[in-house]
Amino acid sequence: MPARLPDASGTAATADAGAAGEAQADRTPRRVPAVALGVALAVLVAVLAVASLAVGSRPVPPDAALRALWDPGSSPDALVVNQLRVPRTVLGVLVGAALGCAGAVVQALTRNPLAEPGLLGVNAGAAAAVVVVISVLGVGAPLGLAAAALVGAGLATAAVLAIGASRGVSGDPVRLVLAGVALAACLHSVTGAVTLLDSRTFDSYRFWVVGSLEGRQLGTALVVAPVVVAGGVLAWALGRGLDALALGQDVGRSLGLRTGRVRLLALLAVTLLCGGATAAAGPVSFVGLVVPHAVRLLVGPGLRRTLPLCVLGGAALVLASDVVGRVVARPAELEVGIVTAFVGAPLLLWLALSGARR
Amino acid sequence: MTSTQTRRATSAGRVLFVLAVLAVALAAASMLGGSYRASPDAVLRSLLGEGTPADDVVVLGLRLPRLAAALLVGAALACAGAVFQTLTRNPLGSPDVIGFTTGSATGALAVVIVGVGALSPAAGAWLGGGLAAAVVLLLTRGAGTGSDRTVLVGIALAAALASVNDYLVTRAPLEVAQVARTWLFGSLAVTRWPDVAALAVTVAVLTPVVALHRRTLRVLDLGDDVAAALGVPLARTRVVLVLVAVGLTGAATAAAGPIGFVALAAPQLARRVLRAPSVPLVTSAATGAVLLLAADLVAQRLLAPLQLPVGLVTGAIGGAYLLWLVVRAPERR
Repeated sequence: MPARLPDASGTAATADAGAAGEAQADRTPRRVPAVALGVALAVLVAVLAVASLAVGSRPVPPDAALRALWDPGSSPDALVVNQLRVPRTVLGVLVGAALGCAGAVVQALTRNPLAEPGLLGVNAGAAAAVVVVISVLGVGAPLGLAAAALVGAGLATAAVLAIGASRGVSGDPVRLVLAGVALAACLHSVTGAVTLLDSRTFDSYRFWVVGSLEGRQLGTALVVAPVVVAGGVLAWALGRGLDALALGQDVGRSLGLRTGRVRLLALLAVTLLCGGATAAAGPVSFVGLVVPHAVRLLVGPGLRRTLPLCVLGGAALVLASDVVGRVVARPAELEVGIVTAFVGAPLLLWLALSGARR
Repeated sequence: MTSTQTRRATSAGRVLFVLAVLAVALAAASMLGGSYRASPDAVLRSLLGEGTPADDVVVLGLRLPRLAAALLVGAALACAGAVFQTLTRNPLGSPDVIGFTTGSATGALAVVIVGVGALSPAAGAWLGGGLAAAVVLLLTRGAGTGSDRTVLVGIALAAALASVNDYLVTRAPLEVAQVARTWLFGSLAVTRWPDVAALAVTVAVLTPVVALHRRTLRVLDLGDDVAAALGVPLARTRVVLVLVAVGLTGAATAAAGPIGFVALAAPQLARRVLRAPSVPLVTSAATGAVLLLAADLVAQRLLAPLQLPVGLVTGAIGGAYLLWLVVRAPERR
């Protein structure tokens, strides 16, 4: 979310919110050592993964769930665990890790502590592509929708980049955000028109758009994993460059940084990460926003330090939300995207209020 | 009066004249066109009360209320947008960006899908929008003019409510969900005389209040300190103006559903055309009315005989307008 966006003439407000946010984080008196937080988060992810294998409409004792992994018998418990809950848990980790990582990159790229990947038009592009593919090609399989979402996310980001950089490659971050918001508005209209004219498409779309890990196959994870890993590696490689960029365009340049190239590659990383996650689970909001912010608050700035923590934190948040969604509405389920929204919205409000009080 | 002020006054008059001509042309197009062909003199006869029953049904029963609704909704939204943008001193501070419109949608959806007592969707829209406004105001009370904080809290609330809306839509049977979704896009197709009348009364009561505060708004634009030094009772003025703007937004949304971007774009367009330093109220309202009328005409004719909800058209036009701003704006450092 934009902390500040420019006046429509593009002259008034500045993008200094990111810098100010970092400065505030710097003043936080007590920091948690990054390694300690990393270990704690890793343990949390492991515990949540076991919980995700055990909890559901057919509860399986944790030890039985773990045993089913090593010894895939044909008992009902083992079948439920291996056929349904393993893919779901793997995807949960993958989606959460990707979104946490993507959020950290977007916030560094736009120098805005309240930015999230959806702001760059990624989700809107994925949604429009999904809707067009269902409506025109009649595809309904999760794998087909995943591919469409990935392509749509990529095209939308490319368009945002092209528009945001239309006056030279350097394209300033506020222009990127504005271009993202504007393109998302146009794409939402396309999605709306298609779902309005075609009720079958609308019926599939309304369940895709809330974001869910239910009923996915392990095949989806296998397709998405390489994409997400590539994005993560790229993000890690760009860590220093993005940190330098966070000091401002001119400082970055004077440090010998090729700012245009860093921005381009960072957007590519976001597209891979976020496109992969959206392809796997549909749009899951708030994870990419809240996780990097919380991590920065705890350990301070510096992408090389925060990225691994964002990966773990994102995985923990998505796994926890998915498990909670299976418990709170029994015997029905709440989709993971709904739970992250209900958890994330108060957090976002709190961040907005405490951030703006500076 | 200085010479620049005089020049601005004449140029505002000229802009209003052009807008009026545009409105008349668009109104004529929307009265004459459509799947039912009515000749110009048939339309005129109906308007004068001497038409055939068939013409009367189409002209007086369908097209005229739709035309009136487009003008009133556009003007009300633009006026509310102008007030909010001035109060928050942020061009993004329009009611659809800061959550009121999404709140209205949530209220209406809850009524359509969950069925709260005997409430109508319009009443749900009022309640939902009002509640969202109350939450934003409560969370940002005591914060200067609120500017960035109000916008941020509003955006956060809008994002949360948007996923509530998505959730409600998944929990309904397909037919109900479709009805709800159509309403969610914002449309003037089902707006009838009673809706128009309610909206007209609200606009007639509330716009004079805004007009009374014209000078105060211009002073507020200079910042809280200047305004306070000039003797503006800040807290009271802000509450009154926010309530008025929320009322205008609520009435417009109850009549037509949540229509995006008019409240955001109309004041900015008016400001640009006039090259005014602050948001001009009257020109904004006129711009909003003409914008929505044009968008509704596009919505009716673009895929005829299929009717698009006007909210989809304003979304696309608004997005394109923002894109154009981004491409056109000179790069800043």
